[in-house]
Amino acid sequence: MGKWTRRAFITTGVLGGGALLVGVGLRLGNRNSELAPLVAAEGEHLVNAWVKIGADNQVVAIVPHSEMGQGAQTVLAQMLADELDARWEDVSFLEAPAEDAYANWTLAKGYALAGMKVPAVLEDSVNGLMFQASKAMKMQITGGSLSVRATGVYGMRVAGAAARELLIEAAASTWQVSPAKLTARDGRIIEIDGERSAPFAEFAAAAGRLTPNPSPTLKHPDEFRIMGRSTPRLDIPAKVNGTTQFGIDASVEGMQYATIQAPPVFGASMVSFDARRAKAMQGVVDVVQIDDAVAVVANSYWNASRAMREVDITWSHTDHDSSSSQGYFNQFAADMQRDRAQGSSTVDIEKGDAGNVIANAEKVISRSYQVPWLAHTCMEPMNALAQFNGDSCEVWTGTQNPLGTKHAIAAALEVDVTQVTLHQHQMGGGFGRRAKPDTAIQAAKLARAVGKPVKLIWSREEDVQHDHYRPAVRSEFRAVLDEAGKPLAWENQFVEKHEPAEAPYVPYAVPNQYVHYTDSPTHVPFGAWRSVDHSQHGFFTESFIDELAYEAGADPYAYRRELLAHLPRHRAVLDKAAAAANWDTPLGEGRGRGISLQESFGTLVAQVVEVTLADGDLSVDRVVVVVDPGFAVSPDGLTAQMESGVVYGLTAALYGEISIENGAVAQSNFHDYNALRMDRSPVIETHIINSMEHWGGAGEPGTPGIAPALTNAIYAARGVRIRELPITKYELGSASV
Amino acid sequence: MIELTVNNRPVALDVDPQMPLLWALRENLALTGTKFGCGIAQCGACTIHLDGAPVRACVTPVASAVGKQVTTIEGLAEGDQLHPVQQAWIDYQVPQCGYCQSGQIMSATALLASNPQPADDDIRAAMAGNICRCGMYSRIHKAIRAVADGGVAVWEPADEQEVRHG
Repeated sequence: MGKWTRRAFITTGVLGGGALLVGVGLRLGNRNSELAPLVAAEGEHLVNAWVKIGADNQVVAIVPHSEMGQGAQTVLAQMLADELDARWEDVSFLEAPAEDAYANWTLAKGYALAGMKVPAVLEDSVNGLMFQASKAMKMQITGGSLSVRATGVYGMRVAGAAARELLIEAAASTWQVSPAKLTARDGRIIEIDGERSAPFAEFAAAAGRLTPNPSPTLKHPDEFRIMGRSTPRLDIPAKVNGTTQFGIDASVEGMQYATIQAPPVFGASMVSFDARRAKAMQGVVDVVQIDDAVAVVANSYWNASRAMREVDITWSHTDHDSSSSQGYFNQFAADMQRDRAQGSSTVDIEKGDAGNVIANAEKVISRSYQVPWLAHTCMEPMNALAQFNGDSCEVWTGTQNPLGTKHAIAAALEVDVTQVTLHQHQMGGGFGRRAKPDTAIQAAKLARAVGKPVKLIWSREEDVQHDHYRPAVRSEFRAVLDEAGKPLAWENQFVEKHEPAEAPYVPYAVPNQYVHYTDSPTHVPFGAWRSVDHSQHGFFTESFIDELAYEAGADPYAYRRELLAHLPRHRAVLDKAAAAANWDTPLGEGRGRGISLQESFGTLVAQVVEVTLADGDLSVDRVVVVVDPGFAVSPDGLTAQMESGVVYGLTAALYGEISIENGAVAQSNFHDYNALRMDRSPVIETHIINSMEHWGGAGEPGTPGIAPALTNAIYAARGVRIRELPITKYELGSASV
Repeated sequence: MIELTVNNRPVALDVDPQMPLLWALRENLALTGTKFGCGIAQCGACTIHLDGAPVRACVTPVASAVGKQVTTIEGLAEGDQLHPVQQAWIDYQVPQCGYCQSGQIMSATALLASNPQPADDDIRAAMAGNICRCGMYSRIHKAIRAVADGGVAVWEPADEQEVRHG
């Protein structure tokens, strides 16, 4: 039985062993073409989350989100358990396997209810051991800080509430009482004014035959028992004793090891290679061309990697052999200038008549900012293990998009998708990088080429030089202030528009706004990087508003605050950050504070950074973070994400630069693409505001505001305005940073 | 054959003596808790102990470990009894992705073995060779501090929350 609700599609069924199965699907506003094949027939729906209560009263949730350290799985289980009124100890979690069936109710119903052959993981649930949840989309992507705000709110909570109501209804029928006389608590149905009480499992089968309420009542926050509490993460114990199985730890019998080298210049192809010396080396199995890259397969990674250095490869010439970062930044400026002159840029926001105000103003404040390409450098280098059995391919890897990766492998190998099995592993960092299937495809091709199972591990050098990069962006602002110093007109022109669309928008009250962008393509591959476009635009907009404050002779905090009278939620976050950071208490000589405010992925974050600049050395002393995610399901998990986002953003602001020289990436490893380390890491204090507005994300919103808060602090301390990142481009005194 | 003592167990390896210990541990001995991160001793993910001293296994040839005690993350606990540093990592909810944490824990245990009462600056200096891209430095520092101070770790999740109903 299934019904669409305002929020979701809810469906129920009974599994073998008398287990209750509840599936919840997201209602998709726009039918994505990627999803269309999965819902081709009338009555088919996309299912987002599976929840099952087994005969042993164990609750298992299967959701599509991959664990890359963000604690998503624990938080989602909390949301389910609370709405269901299960015992927290009885709830376990399983990541949805990369099977279309898990995304499609009609397919899954066939597996789960009609006694057809079932996939191995679902089989466990059919046997009554597990409770399942899964996902709606062919793209099972973990990203966009979506776990809580989409799957959690519209999947897990609804599934939990629906299952709870069904169980109560079934119990009421069995006991011949009104459902109003019953409640649920700690995994049991309880008669409110009576003696009777029984575990959920007793009513699971009966509940599975009922038609779900199309709009189950979600709990009021006052009723939350598990949400809002910091629950120890389920995945941590295995991460302190070395037993967590990351993709790089996967192993099969007869496995060989490989490493690979792609053309240094993006877009080049391989002309020829001489592998005679490499093939003669100890342990080398083969040297193979995979598309335009060359891979060495050997009996150990070390043998593969030292033989790789002995392969002479001739790469083709390309139109980009002399491309450079400086050339691209010049190109951005020239293309923007051309679009301005010709009025040929693309309009992003037009409000009032900024052009006219600026054209007729006595004083226009113009500033330009730019940021470089960035790599992700996940701690776990890219890797995948692949094996062929006849025409079938098995791949073991950690990916942010298991189902998409499986389809990409099938397409690349030109085999049917049913012949590809993907075993998802924990990820040693993702940050957007592991949304790409490139390494898994290479591994699959290698395994087929050599006829043996192959674990492909990229060197760190390959990782840095063949990432999908956060794009370099230039942004040019023009503003006019009114007599009181408030912005009357705001123009922002930039290059490279991606997602989210609102990244360049500001919350401040500016009556005339003109935001527009220019396409200025480069040959450097694009990838989503933590917070995507917010990472650049947070720096640009929060730097420029800071500059306007100083132009107006105002305090940067007070100036922002004045411009937020229409947004009390924003103002509350900003105020709390200023208060927590003792904004009004002056710091000593050479010290300064900077502030920023960012709204991204549905969450508001204000940050205050304190720095000391002494003898040319920059010390980032303290970071105060105030975050309003609507509601913090796991306060400690949210706090950890803020700390993480801050350090990730500080790394980029302080050191992060992928530069292009002669068409290729100049950096190669942590010695020249450094990361913030403990010795320079600030004290980070996180304060949470639960405004009870829409629930937002956690993984990304901590990152975009940190660079401008830092550079605004440097300006406050020393009067050096940083308009280009990383800050190593500036002399902050005698010594480098 | 190269004979080594790994986690108090004698092992014999048939590998090139110049092979880095990292790969011998991971591929020949199936001790995959020690991680590959950079290959050039820049990130600390492969940190192990040689006679109790922290070394980067990615640049330590197997031959140089002969006659020494090799300890990996798998050898830190005594049976089911976690090392106090491992327990503190759980108590303070330190890991996110967890990939660097074997190396972090090996660096931390080596520090505390040689300097049981480190000053905060000692902790920062000793841990500066270990990168955590998830940025859990505050938690790592707190966990080490707690073990050094000998107190029972008390998990104090987040700080006060301001709740507004509206």
